Amino acid sequence: MAKLALRGVVKRFGDATVCDGIDLDVDAGQMVCLIGASGAGKSTLLRCINLLEPIEDGEIRLDGEDISVPGLDPHPVRARIGMVFQNFNLFPHMTAIENAMLAPRRVHNKTRDDVRDEIEALFTRFGLADRMQNYPDQLSGGQQQRVAIVRALAMRPDVMLFDEITSALDPQLVGEVLDVLLALKAEGMTMLLATHEMGFAREAADKVCFLKDGKVIEEGPPAQLFDAPQHPETQRFLARAVK
Amino acid sequence: MRGTRAAGLTRREKYDAAQRRRSLLIAATSTALVLAALIVFIPMAPGWEKVQSSFFNGAVLAKSFPKLLDAFLVNVMIFAWSAPLIALLGLAIALARDAKSPALFPLRLFGAAFTDIFRGVPVILTVYLIGFGIPGLGLPRPWNSPYIWGSLALILTYSAYVAEIFRSGIDSVHHSQRAAALSLGLSERQVMRDVVLPQAVRNVVPSQMNMLIALQKDVSLLSFIGPVEIFRQAGVFKSLLANFTPYVGAALIFLAVTIPATRYADYLMAKQSQARR
Ligand SMILES: Nc1ncnc2c1ncn2[C@@H]1O[C@H](COP(=O)(O)OP(=O)(O)OP(=O)(O)O)[C@@H](O)[C@H]1O
Ligand SMILES: [Mg+2]
Repeated sequence: MAKLALRGVVKRFGDATVCDGIDLDVDAGQMVCLIGASGAGKSTLLRCINLLEPIEDGEIRLDGEDISVPGLDPHPVRARIGMVFQNFNLFPHMTAIENAMLAPRRVHNKTRDDVRDEIEALFTRFGLADRMQNYPDQLSGGQQQRVAIVRALAMRPDVMLFDEITSALDPQLVGEVLDVLLALKAEGMTMLLATHEMGFAREAADKVCFLKDGKVIEEGPPAQLFDAPQHPETQRFLARAVK
Repeated sequence: MRGTRAAGLTRREKYDAAQRRRSLLIAATSTALVLAALIVFIPMAPGWEKVQSSFFNGAVLAKSFPKLLDAFLVNVMIFAWSAPLIALLGLAIALARDAKSPALFPLRLFGAAFTDIFRGVPVILTVYLIGFGIPGLGLPRPWNSPYIWGSLALILTYSAYVAEIFRSGIDSVHHSQRAAALSLGLSERQVMRDVVLPQAVRNVVPSQMNMLIALQKDVSLLSFIGPVEIFRQAGVFKSLLANFTPYVGAALIFLAVTIPATRYADYLMAKQSQARR
């Protein structure tokens, strides 16, 4: 059974159908990459999975449980799904470590002392040991994005969603963030990411899905999708993207 | 900022320094000219001597000033107990107006009506209606005090404005902050309390400072329903000494408080717009 399974997911904004019957499986420990042109619906799909947007039709299953039932309390589900955004979205009025401790304290009713060791270990692990007491505006983009990842990991999520997390970074800072993803993959985290980093997707992904106009046009292992794309749309997109 | 710097100035620095000296000189000269003109020409006006003796009378000022200061303490007192209540009520109204759950709809309605009514009526009218109206019910001793009901009128009026400022602060927090907090599993309430409100309050500190300054001045409106605060005290002196100087004294006392406060609010505002950049 897939860790995360989408069946016929439809999302509309008014008349615009942004996700148009999406089927997708992410197995436990897999890294799946969503690629596609701007406006294809990658971000929207991730937001739907995290229940930040209600879906019009279809099902989203986490560990076999349908989390898209209308009326379901979304908060405990979101606590099990970590999400990292393009623009970091750290809380600017809190230090890095306070950012990471907020949700465990509020959602899991832990005290700072309960979670401090675990969270400090995460900071240390991702090279942020001396940055824990800094405010977000005192950190570089790469550091902020790593803090945002630590903040999501502090909730011990089952699945992590990443929405173009390197797009707002200077090129020389992209590597340090992608390294974090590799480390998480090595430890067996289940991950779904929207990305424009084709090189990274080819190297690290277990599966790549090409989205266009809210549909999965083609999916497969990266070697197949990048080197022998079947669908003409995929070929056209890749010809432009891998320039 | 510049850190350590060699003794010699660069071309640019020399130019900037020369420019600074030049503008300073121009500003000083033009200010001196205007002041000189005022000092020379105003006393030439035909009514100047009369105005001077009835508005700028040193002897009267010296005589009335200590009492005016005492009366100003009344203003400060009314201000001191009203301000925190305004902050609390204003915040409560702002939150009520943003309440999402349908069960709280009456609260939203109440919040909207409250802000519409108290922003729509001149402060002095509210002070009159509440300050005379409620004690008119024939309440027993401490409860018929104009201090209580006058303060209430100020609290209600100012809460309406303060609530709107808090609301604009809540709106100014980018929606991605909400999304990030929700994605961690926080409830709507927790998002508001831990993420949105702290940023919102910080964003509106300068505007709220300006409300405090306005409140400090409007406390004087209570003089119309009884309390002997500084404006009323100045009026007493005016009748007693047949001279307007006490009003000028009262104005000076206000300015001594409001000018530093206004400067500070402007400083905060400038600091904030710089931080945004
Ligand atoms: N809240 C919204 N209301 C209306 N339309 C929206 C909303 N959010 C997204 N859309 C529309 O949905 C479409 C898909 O947007 P989405 O952000 O998911 O694309 P994307 O694949 O993530 O693109 P990008 O690579 O630029 O991030 C776009 O046409 C966008 O304008
Ligand atoms: Mg996107």
